[in-house]
Amino acid sequence: MNKLKAQEVTIVDSPYKDPGKTKWSVQEKLLLGLTPQQYVAQALRNPFNWLLAIIFAIGLPIIAGRFLFGLSWVTDSSYDYPWGLFLGFGLFTLVPLSSSGFQLGTAVELFGRHDLKPIERLALLNGLLGYFFAVCYLLVDLGQPWRLPYPMLIAFGPAAVLFLVAWHVATYLSVQIAEVSVSFFEWIGFPMGKQAVRKITLGLTVAGIILSTLHQGALGALFTYAPGKVHPLWYSASFQWLHFFVSSMPAGLCMVIVVGSIVKKTMAWRCDDNFMKNVDKLSITLARGACMGLATYLTIKLIGVAHDNKWEYLASGWGLWYLFEIGVGVILPLVLISFAIRNNKIGLVRFSALLTIFGLVLNRFNTALITFNWKLGEWFIPHWREVMITVTIFAIYIMVYRFILYRLPILYTWKTADEPVHVTEPIKESATYVTG
Amino acid sequence: MKRRDFLKAWMICGASTTFGITRNAWGGASFEGYPERMGVLVDLTRCVGCRSCEAACNKEQQLPAPSAPFDDLSVFDRKRRPTEKAYTVINRYETTKAGGPVYRKIQCNHCNEPGCLSSCLVNAYTKTQEGAVIYNPKVCIGCRACMVACPFNIPGYSYSSAFNPLVKKCVFCYDTRLKNGKSPACVEICPQETLTFGHLNDLIKIGHERIREMPDKYIDHIYGEKEVGGTGWIYLSGVPFDKVGFDTTLGNEPIISNVKEFLGLIPMVLAIWPALFTGFHLLSTRNNNDPSKQGDSHSYREDAKP
Repeated sequence: MNKLKAQEVTIVDSPYKDPGKTKWSVQEKLLLGLTPQQYVAQALRNPFNWLLAIIFAIGLPIIAGRFLFGLSWVTDSSYDYPWGLFLGFGLFTLVPLSSSGFQLGTAVELFGRHDLKPIERLALLNGLLGYFFAVCYLLVDLGQPWRLPYPMLIAFGPAAVLFLVAWHVATYLSVQIAEVSVSFFEWIGFPMGKQAVRKITLGLTVAGIILSTLHQGALGALFTYAPGKVHPLWYSASFQWLHFFVSSMPAGLCMVIVVGSIVKKTMAWRCDDNFMKNVDKLSITLARGACMGLATYLTIKLIGVAHDNKWEYLASGWGLWYLFEIGVGVILPLVLISFAIRNNKIGLVRFSALLTIFGLVLNRFNTALITFNWKLGEWFIPHWREVMITVTIFAIYIMVYRFILYRLPILYTWKTADEPVHVTEPIKESATYVTG
Repeated sequence: MKRRDFLKAWMICGASTTFGITRNAWGGASFEGYPERMGVLVDLTRCVGCRSCEAACNKEQQLPAPSAPFDDLSVFDRKRRPTEKAYTVINRYETTKAGGPVYRKIQCNHCNEPGCLSSCLVNAYTKTQEGAVIYNPKVCIGCRACMVACPFNIPGYSYSSAFNPLVKKCVFCYDTRLKNGKSPACVEICPQETLTFGHLNDLIKIGHERIREMPDKYIDHIYGEKEVGGTGWIYLSGVPFDKVGFDTTLGNEPIISNVKEFLGLIPMVLAIWPALFTGFHLLSTRNNNDPSKQGDSHSYREDAKP
């Protein structure tokens, strides 16, 4: 694409094809303003597409097989590990990595940090897609996925934490769709829709904070159903939900840092000056937030150990593994990020962001799979088809992510000249406010 | 923020608090168990490992034929757990005590406050007045949280079924026998009187009576009398319980107690967060406005930007 741009091909970034009057058609918008031949050629040129093709060629038939032959065909059908990779990765890991949406939404819309604006839409999209694909993983994992709406419509178990997760993820998905729809309405050319969503932005943002607090925590609280099964070092009856909630925040921010640097490298043609100029600076701003999150997380993890007096476990083999997780996944990135921020080293910020994500993944895997059933003396070893499905859905996630970034005004600003601007209305409203 | 917005937020708070109260009352009361609940007292000192209970269960619940016949004792060479094809299994434990190995029957313990029930998001489980924990296959979505929540690792799942996989576990022969006042099939067939069926409160008395009469024969503890809030199936043993596969670290609190703290928090977050964060918004943005635009909502200002 960079080559094409160098050849001065016009890429869709406004409603109009040329400074004149002709508008882009939807098909042209979908093809980014290229001719079909150009589009196919650039797609075939990209080696990453070939990698995706190989993954899909193996993975999609296996996904089909899961629905035709049952879960036992793709997993080891363990009674002791009812939750495998699909939930261990798809739900317990992807959801915290997607906490970026509510955090950036809060910073920009609620606290008025407009300097973060160039990266806000990327964070919102990262949130939406993470949640959407967490649901996809869930659909593969559920025994009877066609009954997914049951907890909403047919049978209610309101005292169950999963009931809350189901409701909140569903509600929050709608909130995120509304938040991201602003970009879609710009792209499709429907300013009315954009205005309508803009009016409820504050409500959506506050709803996002409430729902995120509760369901990020709820994913942790799910493990309080299994007090004897999760290893004591990864379990805390009182703080499990806080551990999950707090660790999701630096991880979500670091996800935006990492995705931001990936798109800066691979999608430079799509990013506008505003994004390219600001992404490094904003990464460091986000890293500051992540730094605080990591420090808080480290503190409450230690409080968790101290509160239940679990120090003696640290001397065991599991204890070493715990120290590795905390050392490499929390303390090391904390030190590196602090150093990098102080010395303005953007490369190191990116590396430590990656390390933070690794720390979160390791924590969720440890809680849900690796130390789960530690008393049984068994190991969770996934079936190869289970691994393949997990990889395939993640590849679809990346593909959809890229598809949207290519098109919607996430990394660039939609050039609008014709949008009606309402300046008078709020003044009227405020007049009533003052008098009433 | 406009007054209308404030009223709206206030009403949402009210609604969510009301919703939250019902949720909290559900998980908040301490439940002593139905007074007329039935149970089974399992006396491990009497079991000889004949596996006739496994056979009776298989027949009563119309389960598939096992790979090894029920008189095959080689199954004892490894430790088994209940599965989708066997709702009850016997394990053998070699102990130092004279009198040979100890056999232990495993099946659903029919907790007074079942973990499976409290973790189920579609309420597929019911604790009946007769004491059975039964399962409604029509609403189960197959999330398998019950399997995670069961402290005894009991529920199995028919993973091999593509179109109707279900949780499979002992249901106390509820539909075929218990409902009509009959004892479950395994109890009826036991030749050793290892299993005693009756009102749970009576069984606890019988258990303590046996311990009192023969203090040398029994460990002075009835497993299940208090564990995880008490179970419908309770156990007497001549050897320490942890030597014969029982988890003695579970504690006496029912599983739901661990989760209550979080459940109680939900209505508070729903009620407090809207005002708290809208307040933060007002605090952090108001000073930026010039006086003529006081009360101007933030989203409007966004619109006004080119």
